[in-house]
Amino acid sequence: MLPPIVGVLFDGFAYGMLLFILSVGQSVTLGMMNFVNLAHCAFAMLGGYVTVVLVNRLGWPFFAALPIAFIATGAVSVLFERVLYRRLYRATDLDQVLLTIGIAFMSVAVAAYIFGTEQQPLQLPSYLRGSFQFFGLGIGIYRLMLVGIGIAITLLLVLAVEYTRFGAQVRAAVDNQRMASGLGINVERTFAITFALGSGLAGLGGALAIEIVGLDPLFAFAYLVYVLIVVSVGGLGSIVGSFTAAAVLGISDIAGKYYIPQFGAFLIYLVMITLLMWRPAGLFGRR
Amino acid sequence: MSTTVLATRGLSKRFGSLVVARDIEITLPKGVRYALIGPNGAGKTTLINLMTGMLRPDTGQILLGDDDVTALEPQQRVRRGLARTFQINTLFPSLNALEAVTLAVAERRNLAGEFWSSLASHKEAIEEAYEILAKLRLGDACYQATRELPYGRQRLLEIALALATRPKVLLLDEPAAGVPQEESGDIFEAVANLSDQLTLLFIEHDMHVVFRFASHIIVMVGGAIFTQGTPAEIAADPRVREVYLGTRHHG
Amino acid sequence: MALADSSIAAPQAYLQKQSRWHPIEIAFWLALLLPYVLFPNYLSLANQIAITALFALSLDLILGYAGLVSLGHAAYFGTGAYAAGLLSKFGWGEPVSGLVLAALVAGLIGFATSFIIARFRHLTLIMLTLGFGLLLTELANSNGWLTGGVDGLQGIRMWPLLGLFKFDLYARTAYTYSLVVLFVVFLGARRLVHSPFGLALRGIRDNWVRMPAIGASRRAHIRTIYTISAAMAGIAGALLAQTTETVSLDSLSFDRSAELVVILVLGGAGRLYGGIIGAIIFMIARDQFSGIAPQYWYFWIGLLLIIVVIFLPNGVLGGLSKLLSRWNARR
Repeated sequence: MLPPIVGVLFDGFAYGMLLFILSVGQSVTLGMMNFVNLAHCAFAMLGGYVTVVLVNRLGWPFFAALPIAFIATGAVSVLFERVLYRRLYRATDLDQVLLTIGIAFMSVAVAAYIFGTEQQPLQLPSYLRGSFQFFGLGIGIYRLMLVGIGIAITLLLVLAVEYTRFGAQVRAAVDNQRMASGLGINVERTFAITFALGSGLAGLGGALAIEIVGLDPLFAFAYLVYVLIVVSVGGLGSIVGSFTAAAVLGISDIAGKYYIPQFGAFLIYLVMITLLMWRPAGLFGRR
Repeated sequence: MSTTVLATRGLSKRFGSLVVARDIEITLPKGVRYALIGPNGAGKTTLINLMTGMLRPDTGQILLGDDDVTALEPQQRVRRGLARTFQINTLFPSLNALEAVTLAVAERRNLAGEFWSSLASHKEAIEEAYEILAKLRLGDACYQATRELPYGRQRLLEIALALATRPKVLLLDEPAAGVPQEESGDIFEAVANLSDQLTLLFIEHDMHVVFRFASHIIVMVGGAIFTQGTPAEIAADPRVREVYLGTRHHG
Repeated sequence: MALADSSIAAPQAYLQKQSRWHPIEIAFWLALLLPYVLFPNYLSLANQIAITALFALSLDLILGYAGLVSLGHAAYFGTGAYAAGLLSKFGWGEPVSGLVLAALVAGLIGFATSFIIARFRHLTLIMLTLGFGLLLTELANSNGWLTGGVDGLQGIRMWPLLGLFKFDLYARTAYTYSLVVLFVVFLGARRLVHSPFGLALRGIRDNWVRMPAIGASRRAHIRTIYTISAAMAGIAGALLAQTTETVSLDSLSFDRSAELVVILVLGGAGRLYGGIIGAIIFMIARDQFSGIAPQYWYFWIGLLLIIVVIFLPNGVLGGLSKLLSRWNARR
């Protein structure tokens, strides 16, 4: 018989994987271009709503909708990047923050207009519902799938970054932008592609999040704070950093709610502040 | 009481496997004009960054006069008389020249913390700032925002800011870098007119300037001091010419 | 090189001219008296605007002048509000002493946090300010015995101002009170901005790296302005608590911090009056559009932000000043 703490850890880890998928794109693009994109979770929200439309209204199977969420969000992000973000790569932190918050605000309004302000229910396929017994603990099937997807994506990303040419370009651009372009790497194009991929992943995360945390227009802001925590604590530009920070954050959050609910989110913020003071560039950040 | 105003002993710094400073030993006696030359990437600006405290060395010491300043923060070193200019203009774009130099003077006079007093009431500080600007022929442009000044005048403002701290040692990082030919004369004239109480170490690529101003030349290559000596010695040294082969000089 | 007296007077005179009161400024402050005559039924809105203007002014000092982006400034506003509210709740309802207490408490917390804030920049700084604001909100939320939690602080009763002026339903006393406090604090801020310290702040904003190179201690300067700014925000919060006789959790919230940044940027940061202008525009607009559903409000604010960033990077005041200089150049 496994003690309940293992169940809590598992749930926390699954939540962490969700946060990872939501955050990893933001971490890499921030590390590469120092571009603060507070509309990142608005993109995630888009992926969620795309999935809702496909699955609930058009009857698509859940797993067919996920790649579409990824692609659609990536495509929309390319549009934003071309039209708006491109102008602000050299702008101040404040301007980037304001522009992207503005986009996030507008997306909340548009989502509320189209879909209303209620939570969107999602019809999951029956094989994803429920749980199975594992040494006396109930393991949620959906959460298990989340863990699987999370680890798979992590491995894919790490391998891609280590062993592909594009990955090398990404690493070079994150490490030293000026030198990378001096070596002939088209940094802006690398960034655009990475941004699209990162936003696509956010969209995927948004789709996967519906079952765990629900979807409503305020999703764009509710999880933005968590994403920023993962990114800044994990270290800009680090996939491993995002993975670690997301896992730690997910576990702390779930364990905190389970064992010391009266403390609320207080502990998370305190831990974040302490960690940032100790390592301002994040656990795995460069400095 | 020695006459050495600035010295480094065994100064070393590396970034991973990249060694940017290797066991640097430099001694600057009072009032000299030393030139620091070397090919690009030799570590000249890095050395200045180490001396001023913008970069922490891995090993070694920096001595200002008789004091070991290795552990001191950059602003503390400035307070003790070590100032520098930057290779790329590092100025205050929205401040005009008068405001910028007055700020530097105010910092030195410990006035900058006075949030209750009116800036305009500090007559002596303002006077001092204006004098510095006038000496560098910037008096007539002192009310223009720094970002509106022509590049050459900005370079002069770089020097003015450093002078406002009343340094004993001034490190000049390519003072005429990027300045068009017509204006670079102003810069060198300004440098030439600097008091001989002031000790100078300047990084320069233009050999005419180096031979005109320097009493002693230090050559750096690959993070280490390659050789040093009088201008005549350096000019005659075939190894120095070899090290510069293939490098165009800036001017 | 000796300079004749007349040529030295010019630089000093120039700097004196920079800090002289412009007739437009005087006209502006006089105009703030108009609501008594023109909009006597809107004085409670005018009161809110004055309070927000003071709050925005406090942010301007750290964001517009020193260049520090904070997404958590409401922490100090809320602290001041709760301090003043609690003082009254525990029996001492004299208004001005509430302001003093709020300034002290908020200033103290600002001072303590400034040691951390002064060491960081960019994303880390944003996250730290955000984190601290959220932390304080959580603390207030879970300590309902002190703060009233979600229901807010109850039982605030203010004594008459100066023993004479009761806080009435028409908000005449409230607006006068807030306006006077705003003006007095503004005078202090104006003096600060035209002091050597104000120059140092602009130096920090303009070139972070150059400041130590001229012998400046960035951290000491940042700690000073952050503390002053926190105290000012605390005073604004206290005004809110006292004039509305309520304090709720949203006085500390991220929403309020973010909204403040929008207001300041809208008016134009780093120009002393930007916060006041922004507050006037924003809150009148919100009042006018209060009928529509919140989602539409989010839409227009979002659009406004995008437009301001792309077309009006220095806010309304910046745009006006650009127009003015273009007009002057043509004459």
